[in-house]
Parts: sequence; structure tokens; C-alpha cells
Amino acid sequence: MDAQAVAFAIVAVVALVSGVGVVTTRNVAHAALFLLVSLASVAGVFILLVAEFLALVQVLIYGGAVTIVLLFALMLTRAEEFSNVRSNPQWAVAAVAALGVFGAMGAVILNDRLDTQELRGPSLQELGGELFTNWVVPFEIASLVLLMALIGAIILARASDSDEPGSGG
Amino acid sequence: MILLLALALGVLGILAVVALSVVFGGEDAALLVLRAGLLLTILSVVVLSLTWLERKALGRIQQRIGPMRVGPFGVLQPVADAIKLVVKEDIMPSWVDRPIYWLAPLVVFVPSFLVWVVVPFSGDLVLRDLDLGVLYVLAMQGLTIIGLIMAGWGSANKYGIMGGLRSAAQLISYEIPLLVIAMTVAMLAGTLNLTAISEGQGYQWYILLQPMAFFVFLLAGLAEVGRSPFDIFQAESELVGGPFIEYSGAHWSIFFLAEYMNTFLIAALVTIFFLGGWSGPFLPEVAWFLIKCYAVILLIFWLRGTLPRLRIDQLMAFGWQALVPLSFLNFILVSAVMFYGWPVWVHTGLGLVTLAGAAVFIYTRQASQKARPRVRLVSAREVRRV
Repeated sequence: MDAQAVAFAIVAVVALVSGVGVVTTRNVAHAALFLLVSLASVAGVFILLVAEFLALVQVLIYGGAVTIVLLFALMLTRAEEFSNVRSNPQWAVAAVAALGVFGAMGAVILNDRLDTQELRGPSLQELGGELFTNWVVPFEIASLVLLMALIGAIILARASDSDEPGSGG
Repeated sequence: MILLLALALGVLGILAVVALSVVFGGEDAALLVLRAGLLLTILSVVVLSLTWLERKALGRIQQRIGPMRVGPFGVLQPVADAIKLVVKEDIMPSWVDRPIYWLAPLVVFVPSFLVWVVVPFSGDLVLRDLDLGVLYVLAMQGLTIIGLIMAGWGSANKYGIMGGLRSAAQLISYEIPLLVIAMTVAMLAGTLNLTAISEGQGYQWYILLQPMAFFVFLLAGLAEVGRSPFDIFQAESELVGGPFIEYSGAHWSIFFLAEYMNTFLIAALVTIFFLGGWSGPFLPEVAWFLIKCYAVILLIFWLRGTLPRLRIDQLMAFGWQALVPLSFLNFILVSAVMFYGWPVWVHTGLGLVTLAGAAVFIYTRQASQKARPRVRLVSAREVRRV
């Protein structure tokens, strides 16, 4: 087994174990931190695939932004309300969704007819060029989704602002 | 609980290894450890010098003479302080969330140190010259926020939690202008490599082309590392230290070390992005780099000694209503100038005009709107974690 396989094994095990930690731990703060660990391990997988840009963006977005917003929301709640979360009424739906995604991705990987080729990290220029020429429509749609979320948040914040004056911020 | 701790430590290790593998692809391991150790030593000395310089500078601003007792002009004062900090009793309250409490200083310190791996001190004095350097620095820098939140949460102290909340809100807001300005600089330079950005400027420093971006970056950077007047999340007079409230001894000193390393990082980034890095006549490159860094540091200390701390709502308003729009405006202007291929002095003109416009606008708004708080003041009881 070469060094890369060993590195992948370590990163994958950490990602999986912390993923299990997210759903099994009783403490929501710990769950959020486990999630961070899991996402950081995925960045490790990206590095092993020579996608350094993607790895850094993963750390920046998921490590630096998503987890922080999660923790921020968590700290605004009262911890004791969640300390006894043992079951979630939506677990069946979640299980179906998770199994569906797992099945679909498994099928794609097993039917893989892609040519295996030498790993080569694209340069930043190539990546940007592709993103703004061949893939510009999906790229713009993705940013539209974010814009909608942003506008929605502003509308929600405004609505509550007028209901109870002075509670904004 | 032990499992959790072990797992978390393992993960920190992995994160470090992952970062190091990006950073030192295929170099001799022993040499690498040696160099990393050397870097840590250099940074510790820099931090010691910064604490001395800060006390001296603040002293002079306040018409005192600062530390004088230990060594000539008190230069050995930081050493005495460091020894005191390390031998102090390390107290851990019984109610803390142990794994988070123990890990928080590491989560702050490890990324703060890893950032320095790609920061060049001169043309060839850098541990690893990474092509995605700017992105790497900002991604790693962003991770330290999690450590602060963990410290606040893990301490299970109401001031700690309020400090954690404030740090999350503040740092994530000020990260946006920081990133956008870094993007603008990268556009001008045509690269994300820190060495190339610095050397591409020659004597046409970006502060001359981008006067407004310089100010926005410096202020957002100050807020990002929680320096006064943006130190609202540790505000000694209201939150008694915020996230660090329950830490003492060696653990507290790790936070302290990380804070000063981050401050120096902002000075180094300002130097590399806007002050031409290590370019300068006669003296060696490293000397010029350090001179410029320390000049920026003195500017930061000067700001600290001069300006009062902002209130939390002023802080958020300044971030979202001044720095974020200015950084986006700058991005658009630079894109336009570069797209149409206008001469470089157009950058300077536009930068000066927007800077003056923003200053006038902010000043008149401040003067007309006499301190009307936009946030509801909440009693400590309401935010208490029971």
C-alpha cells in the first residue's frame, strides 16, 4: 500500500467516524464540531485528488462560514432545550433520502465507464475559464439560489422588525 | 468522552497533516520539521517584541514611559511576563464542557501558525511558496474563529458565550470585505501567489493605485484579529475578556500568542498587498519587509491608543454599511478599469474619490444621526445559558 492509500484510509475513516458522531452525539455543540471535522476530512480527500483549490474553498466555506453560522445559531438557542434530543420524528424520511442518494451514487460509481487517467490539478486560470464559458449557466443559477436566500432573509428580518419595533439586529 | 477527545485530537492532527501536505508536497521530512520549528521560534520572538513595543508605544501615547525595570528600556519585560504566564496555576472550572474547553486554544493556535507557512519574508525566505497562497491564508485565518466560539461555548460562562456570539457575528461580517479586497489585489496582480503579488508591484505599490482598498483592508483586518478599536468580543470593560474569561496560565497564553501572531499576519499581508513587500533600496529584502511590517504595527498600536472601542451595533453597522459596500464598489471599479484597459492612474483617481466620498458620507451620517441604537439592549439574564 502506498502512502497515498494510507493517507486516504486515514482521512476516510476520520470523515466516516465523525459523520457517525454527528448523528449519535447527544450534545448539539459537539455534533456541530463533528460536522466540521467531517467536512475538513473531505477537504483532505480533495487534496489527495490534487484538487487543491477545491480543498481550500471547502475549508473556507464549510470550515470558515457554514460551521460558524451553525454554532452562532446554536448559541442563540437555549442548550437545555436540546440536551435530551433522542429521537427525531423525521428519521424515516431522512433514512429514505440518505439511502436514495447512497444508492444513486453507488450505482454511478459501480457503472463507471470513465477513462482512468493521470491525476492532474487544473490551474486556477483553466478552472475560471471553464466556469465562465462552458458552465456559466449552472454557475449563474447557483448564485441565483444564494441571492434568493439573501433576499428572503432580508424580507424575514424586515417583517419581524415592523412587528416588534426595536428587536432588529 | 475520552473517545470524543481522542477523535478531536486526531482530527486536528489530520487537518495539520493535510495542510502541511498541501504546503510541503514532497520535501524531506526532517528538514521540514526543522524549518517549521525555526519558524515557530521566529514568530515567538516577534510576538515578544510586539508585546514590548505595544506597551512602550501605548505608554508614550499616554505620556508614560512604559516598562523600564527588566533589562535596558524594559526589553526583557516580555520574557519575564512569559515565564510568569507559564508557571501560573492553570485553573479549569468544574462546569466547563471539557473536550471543547481543552481543544479551543489549539483550534485557535494551529491555523494561526499554519498560515505563516506560506507567508514570504523575502523573495526566497518562505517555507513553501504556494500558488494559491492568498486563498490558503484566508481559509486558515477563518478557522481561528471556530476556536473563539468553542472557547466561549466550552467555558459555559455567560460572558464567554456573549463573547463567542460577538466574535462569530463580527468576524464573519468583516471577513467579507477582507476577502473581496484580497480578490481585487489578486486581480491587479494576476496571481494568488503571495511572492508574485509582492514582486509584481515593483515601485508601483498598490497603496498608490488602491488607496481606498488599503484602508478597507487594514480596518477589516484589525476587526478580523480583534484589535482595538474592534476588540468588542473580548471587551475587558464589558465582557471581562469574552471567550478567554475562564482561561488562565498556559492556556490563556496560547490565545495571547495566537492573537499577536494574527496581528503580525495582518501587518505582513498589508505589507505584501499594498506596500510592495520587501522592495526597497540598499538594505536586504528581509530588513525592508520587517521595517514595513513594524511600521504597520505601530500604526495599529497608534489606532489602539487613540480611538475608543466601538459599540456592538456601531461595529456591525460599520462593517455592513461601510466596508462591505466599499469593497464591492472597489471590486467593480477595478474590474472596469482593467476591462477597458484604462491607464493605471485612473485606479488612483477613482480610489481617492471614493475614499473621500465615503469619509464625507460616513462623517455627515454620524453627525446627523445622533447615536440612535439599532439593537435592543438585552439583559444578561435573557442570554444566560442555564
